[in-house]
Amino acid sequence: MSSPTSNLVEIRGLAKSYRRGTEEIRVFEGVDLDIKAGEFLALMGPSGSGKSTLLNILAGLDTPTSGSVVVDGQEITRMNAKQLATWRSTHIGFIFQFYNLLPVLTAAQNVELPLLLTNLSKKHRRDHVMAALEMVGLTDRSEHFPRQLSGGQQQRVGIARAVVSDPTIILGDEPTGDLDAASGNEILGLLERLSGEFGKTIVMVTHDAHAAERAKAIMHMDKGVLSR
Amino acid sequence: MTVAGLVGANLFRNKKRTGLTIASVVIAFFLFGILRSFITTLDAAAAVGSEARLITSSASGFTFPLPEAHASRLGTVAGVKSVSWSNWFGGYYQNPQDFFAQFAIKADTYLPMYPELEITAGDKDAFLRERTAALVGVGLLKKYGWQIGQTVTLKGTIFQGDWPFVIRAAYTPKDAASGDANMFFHYEYLYEKVPGMSPGWFILELDRPDGAADIAAGIDAQFKNSTAPTKTETERAFSAGFITMWGNIGFLVKAIGTAVFFAILFVAANTMMMAVRERIGEIAVLKTLGFQNRTVFGLVLAESLLITLLGGAIGLGLARVAFMGKNPMAAFFPGFGVTNGTIGLGLLLALALGLVSGAIPALQSARLSVVGALRRVA
Repeated sequence: MSSPTSNLVEIRGLAKSYRRGTEEIRVFEGVDLDIKAGEFLALMGPSGSGKSTLLNILAGLDTPTSGSVVVDGQEITRMNAKQLATWRSTHIGFIFQFYNLLPVLTAAQNVELPLLLTNLSKKHRRDHVMAALEMVGLTDRSEHFPRQLSGGQQQRVGIARAVVSDPTIILGDEPTGDLDAASGNEILGLLERLSGEFGKTIVMVTHDAHAAERAKAIMHMDKGVLSR
Repeated sequence: MTVAGLVGANLFRNKKRTGLTIASVVIAFFLFGILRSFITTLDAAAAVGSEARLITSSASGFTFPLPEAHASRLGTVAGVKSVSWSNWFGGYYQNPQDFFAQFAIKADTYLPMYPELEITAGDKDAFLRERTAALVGVGLLKKYGWQIGQTVTLKGTIFQGDWPFVIRAAYTPKDAASGDANMFFHYEYLYEKVPGMSPGWFILELDRPDGAADIAAGIDAQFKNSTAPTKTETERAFSAGFITMWGNIGFLVKAIGTAVFFAILFVAANTMMMAVRERIGEIAVLKTLGFQNRTVFGLVLAESLLITLLGGAIGLGLARVAFMGKNPMAAFFPGFGVTNGTIGLGLLLALALGLVSGAIPALQSARLSVVGALRRVA
């Protein structure tokens, strides 16, 4: 595990392009980025700037055209799909814009999902789930289904799911993008708490300047160029 | 929660659709159970009869009687241990639509040849002594509520008129395919009321079954130039000949079964395709959380298997229960029932159905691009 001051993430010469018919679309190239352990980084930029693509590559969901991504000493850009899935299960907590909870599962069961990939006993899984739900203030809603929860509550469940397996890094793709101001504020407060109180490393993609201001650092991506 | 719990939760997210799909699989496998049982019953019926007994009937067909005098000549053939004979009667009890088989037999020689017909009620000697006595299967006793000692009157269709019989004994077959819904009575009773009657066919018990073919050929050669030439074959071949009168029912049943199987295959596959399509985003989430492609493949395939195995098991179970205890086709198909073999084959087919119908959606799920899927549902 990295010390609080060392780089948890090191991105070097990252490029991503894809083909649309005969045309090659360059999303970005030559991106370098260091993220320290415990950092709460907001990644801003207009639509199509490549910030979500960068987040997806950092999550091991997408592969770059070239360059390297090293997370906690492991070069994930050299991993195959199977290795990436295993790596994600232990190192990544992902918060989606539209919560993406499974509608057929209760809040507790949704939070438990990442733990199904571990060797934890049922009791230990339950303990972890309740701790995560307590952290987001939803223990009383553990048996509710997503349709019985408000958008803000659903996103809090999403955050509980992202942190329940104690990942190395938490990635948020517009986590407040689908919420009203008050709910968005609650979510940002939770992320601040995760960073400040629990020392979690967070990278959040957002359009919202107010949301970005709650992070400890902001970076801008525009036309494939990343800047502080 | 467990991964299996996740399969269950997904399976019943759209209860109506899953319920209807399972219902269609239930109906298909109920039909399969019944249709397959026709084949197994016919096969069992064709295999009924001993290889150590020969049947000698008229070369013109078993509906043409043979002279009774043939019996003494048949009894002298080397390798023939004893001779008996039988006639088809063709009557009914009260309801002409309610068929069961009746045979006029030479009882004193017939019954020793058929140890598989075990007398389990009444008195065999009483049956042998009395000219109008009848020996009936226990299935008939149960069906009509007959009692030992009761007089029952059959209406003759071939031999017109009322035919009263006194039930003196009942038998239980040692194998279901022999049937427990037959009736036997003395040929003397038939011949007395129908002048000019003679045996419909002869039954010959052999010393050794391995000489059956030569003995049969020898008998037919002996009667070849007589006024009543014969056709001799083993009892099993004779039974199989009866079965062929049903036509190529096996082919028909298999054709229907195959058509049903493919129809259900498409129903099940369509259900799984729809189920996967509407939850592309959720599959992408599972992969984001770290679920391996093979796990996602297994989740979808398990759903498909649950649908077909559950439906198959219910359908086959219903088919078995439907013919347990009562067999409306006992007269035509003695021993008709859904066998363990049919259940086993049905479950294997349900397994294959689940694998085939779930394979494509499971493969699609496993190959799903997370980024692309999340973009589609956003």
